[in-house]
This record gives sequence, C-alpha cells and structure tokens, in this order.
Amino acid sequence: MDTVETPRTARWPTDTLARVPYWVYQDEANYRAELRRIFEGPTWSYVCLEADVARPGDYRTTMLGELPVIVVRDEAGELRAFENRCAHRGALIALDDGGSAARHFQCVYHAWSYDLRGNLVGIAFEKGSNGAGGMPPSFCKADHGPRKLRTATLCGLVFATLSAEAPPLEEYLGTEVLARVRRVLRRPLEVLGRFTQVLPNNWKLYVENVKDTYHASLLHAFFGTFRITRLTQGGGVVVSDDGAHHASYTIDRADDRQSTAYRDQGIRSEHQGYRLADPSLLESVDEIGDGIRLQILTVFPGFVLQQIQNSLAVRQVVPHGPGSMELHWTYLGFADDTPEMRRRRLKQANLVGPAGYVSMEDGCVGGFVQRGSAAAGEELSVVNMGGEGAESQATRATEASVRGFWKAYRRHMGY
Amino acid sequence: MATPTLPPAIPMDSLLPAVWQLNADYARAIDDDRLEAWPDFFAEACVYKVTSADNHRKGYAAGVMYADSRGMLQDRVAALRKANIYERQGYRHIVGMPALLGEADGALRAETPFLVVRIMRDGSMDIFATGRYLDQLVDEGGALRFRERLVVCDSSRFDTLLAIPL
Repeated sequence: MDTVETPRTARWPTDTLARVPYWVYQDEANYRAELRRIFEGPTWSYVCLEADVARPGDYRTTMLGELPVIVVRDEAGELRAFENRCAHRGALIALDDGGSAARHFQCVYHAWSYDLRGNLVGIAFEKGSNGAGGMPPSFCKADHGPRKLRTATLCGLVFATLSAEAPPLEEYLGTEVLARVRRVLRRPLEVLGRFTQVLPNNWKLYVENVKDTYHASLLHAFFGTFRITRLTQGGGVVVSDDGAHHASYTIDRADDRQSTAYRDQGIRSEHQGYRLADPSLLESVDEIGDGIRLQILTVFPGFVLQQIQNSLAVRQVVPHGPGSMELHWTYLGFADDTPEMRRRRLKQANLVGPAGYVSMEDGCVGGFVQRGSAAAGEELSVVNMGGEGAESQATRATEASVRGFWKAYRRHMGY
Repeated sequence: MATPTLPPAIPMDSLLPAVWQLNADYARAIDDDRLEAWPDFFAEACVYKVTSADNHRKGYAAGVMYADSRGMLQDRVAALRKANIYERQGYRHIVGMPALLGEADGALRAETPFLVVRIMRDGSMDIFATGRYLDQLVDEGGALRFRERLVVCDSSRFDTLLAIPL
C-alpha cells in the first residue's frame, strides 16, 4: 500500500468565487502559508483596546495568527507593538495577558531587557565576569531585537501589522466599513468581560460564518422566533471594494410581522407560540438612533465588531493549526453608560458568547463542517446565494460577503 | 413584599445539612436532564451568573450566562429545549463541601467547589469546568433557595459552547 501522501500542489481549482475547495480548511502547508501571507502579511489585525493600555508602561499580550505580540504604551504616550520573543534564545518576553511594565521588559531566561519600544537595551553580564566571558565586543544590541509592528487606533480599538506594505488602516478598511465602525463605537469604551471560546474548526470557517448573512435566521431559531433578525426584515450587506471586510445589518420592518415565508418553507427556526417568561432580555433601546437593530462587521482577516441590539463586543480570531482556533471575546460598554443601559448590556450578553442564545450554534457548526468534509479535500463547497459577485447587496439572502472573503484570501495567497 | 430572609434564631451549623441537600438536588436535576426543575432552586428575584475567576477578580460584570430573575432561568431552559442546536451532551457534577461564610443582607453566604465532566454523544468525556459556587441563600416559600449563585469557573476558556447550565 502506498502510504506516502502526495504533497499538495497549491492550485486553486476554479476561477469563480462561488466554489471553495475543502482542502483549504485542512491542509497544513496551506495553513503555514496563511500565517506568513495573511496574518503576518499586509493586513491589519485587532490586538487590544486603547483602554487596555491607557497609561505609559501598560501592556497587553496577544497574537497575530501564531505570532506572539506585546502592545505597550511607551513613556511618550505612543503605542508600540513588537514580537513577544527575546532576541537571545526566542523565549517569550512577557508571560501575562497584560499588566504594567513600568519602564522595561525583562526576559526571565537570561535577563535580557527591552525598553517600551522593543529595543534591546540590557544584556546580563554583557562584559562577562571577572574579565572573562561576556558578549564579543562586536555585538551590537541595536542590531538585535524582536520584530516591530506598526500600530494604528480607531475608535478605541488598536490594530497592528507586521508589514510595511499594509496601507494606512483607514484606507485598508475603506470609507463604508470605516463609517460602520464609527457608527457603533462613539464614546470611550469599558470592558465588561473577557472570555475565550475554543472552536474545533479551521479559522476560516468561523470568519465565513460571521460573514454569512444567509445562515443567521435559519440556524439560529432564537433570532428568528423573536424577530431579532429574519431574512424578510429590512437590511443588507456592505462589502468593501476589495471584498475583504463587511458589515451586515438589519432594520425592523413593520410588515414583517405578518410574513409567513419561514413557515411556508417549513424552516425549523420558526416556532409559533415561543414566548419569553422574562421579556426584559429583549427590551432594547435604539441608542444610535438609526433604527439598525443589529450590525455585524468584520475586518480581514480575523476581527469582528458586534452590535446586537445593545450588546456590544469585539471578537478576535486566533488560529491554532488547521483544525482548531480560539475566539477571544471582549464584551463592551461605554464608560458613561447609565446603570439601566449597563444592566441591559449584561442581559443581552446572553445572546452572544460561548453560551449565547444565538452564538452557541456558531461555536459548533464550524466543527460540523470540519468533520463532515474531512474526506472531501478535493470536493468543492458551494457559495452561490445571490450570484457569483462580491459586491454590496440590499438583501441578506446572499453570500456576497463570504465570496468577498475568498476574493481577498486568494489575492493574499496568490491563488 | 418583604425581602425573604433567614430566621435569625437558627444557628448557622444547623443549616449545613440543608445546604448539602440543596447542592445535591441541584446537581442531580441538571445531570439527570431535569432542567425544568432547575429554576425552582432559585428565589424569584435572583442572580445567576457564569463567569471566570479572572473576570471576577477584575470586577467585570458580564457573564457568559446572566440572569436576574427566575423567569430568565426558565427562558434559558426553554431555549435549550426548543430553539438552540447543539450536539447531545450531559454533565456529571462533582460538588464539594460547602463552606458557610456567615450572613449578609439577610442571606446565608456559602462557597462550594465543583467539577463538571461533560459526556458527549459519542461517549468522549472531558473535564469541562471546575470552579466554585459563590452563593447567597434565603428561605423562600418554605425552602432554602439561591438569591444569588455566581458560578466562578477557574478558567476563562470554554470548549466549543456552554449549553447546559453549570
């Protein structure tokens, strides 16, 4: 029996954006290429909130793909980001999720130290001991250090990129998606909670799920039944020109109350007579004042900004090999929220997160695809709702933003 | 309506068997998939929150589950039964010895460690959560009930999803 696997020749099998090969969720070499070309490539990744690093010395550690990163505010008040890797032997420089570094970071292994800009400034026993040992005189500290990242801020969010080629963040997002970020994050932010959800699937299956406006009211019965979002409601999807980013939204429409489209098609998510014992969960306030009840926004490759009624959160996608990922949830409020609004956000947080009435299914459906397609690497997934294009559409019964993802993905990967 | 309180005459030690029984009944109801009985372990005005030690320490108010009424707990069960989709799974709660911490605002305070093993449809088992229950207990309707149960998980990581309450 031939047990040697033929190495994949990385060839995309089709031109259309409406078909995707399943090996893209499985292949180890492809995954390694994604880390280099996408997460460490000319893209911007969310790394933390400005509120996490408010004062000089405040830092937070995070990941760009599998690249460990330190984000810190330096003495001059500037945000800095650098690889969380000692220039000596490669150990993590900072071990905690965050804290205050005072004036410098020191690696625990051999006590090499770094200033708040990520410059190597101290080497233990650099001159040796009693005239012996030490580093060669030719060793120049300035030539050694963890790789530095560019940072940019937007509405209290901090993004970083390892690439010199990534365009400025606002240009990267495009005017429409930029406006949709600003629409939600209008005041200073406050963290209400942080949780990690471990998902048994490739990172792209989660990103596609978030961009997939078609599934939301079909998979999530809670959504449909309580009319938080239904495809027969008003709304649409905005896709950035390059396909990479999106914002989908719903507007409550009075005539939807009489719609029988779901019941007529025998769709599971329509349960008549399902009523809440405590409807205060859904007592939301139109705090932005534009009638948009729900907006889900993604920034390529792995950032999600969520407004579901009054529940605000950011989600960061952290891949872990081809078949696993972590989703880092940060539940948000505004620092000046009234007690009533705060309580509303805490209640509506039940809709999202690992135990969310609408999010819990998203935690398992990627795993269903990962398992269902395990032996179908050469087969093609169908992404055809709403045509083959990736342009904005005034309906959510479309997969335009998912195709937008593949448009951007293929460009970055050279497929 | 007056806030239900503990009869002040009862010495704390004598409440210990009642707390044991409550914890045992609570765990059996969940593990035996009698979730409809679960809200009745709580007072009508109650707080049930699943959070983590890190969030608790930092004073973050949000939980992965958050309810401030018995009705919200009933809605949680109804959603699991009627709306939410997840692979069939069950829990085995191993609940440790409660430490009674005194009385505050007319409620008995208790802290109890727990370990929950999750058993999946295919038989795979894993330690799904460990942590401690931080409880406020009151006498309501002739029974000891939770006025507040904070489920403080030791870890902030949740595998795949948290469907069944802890």
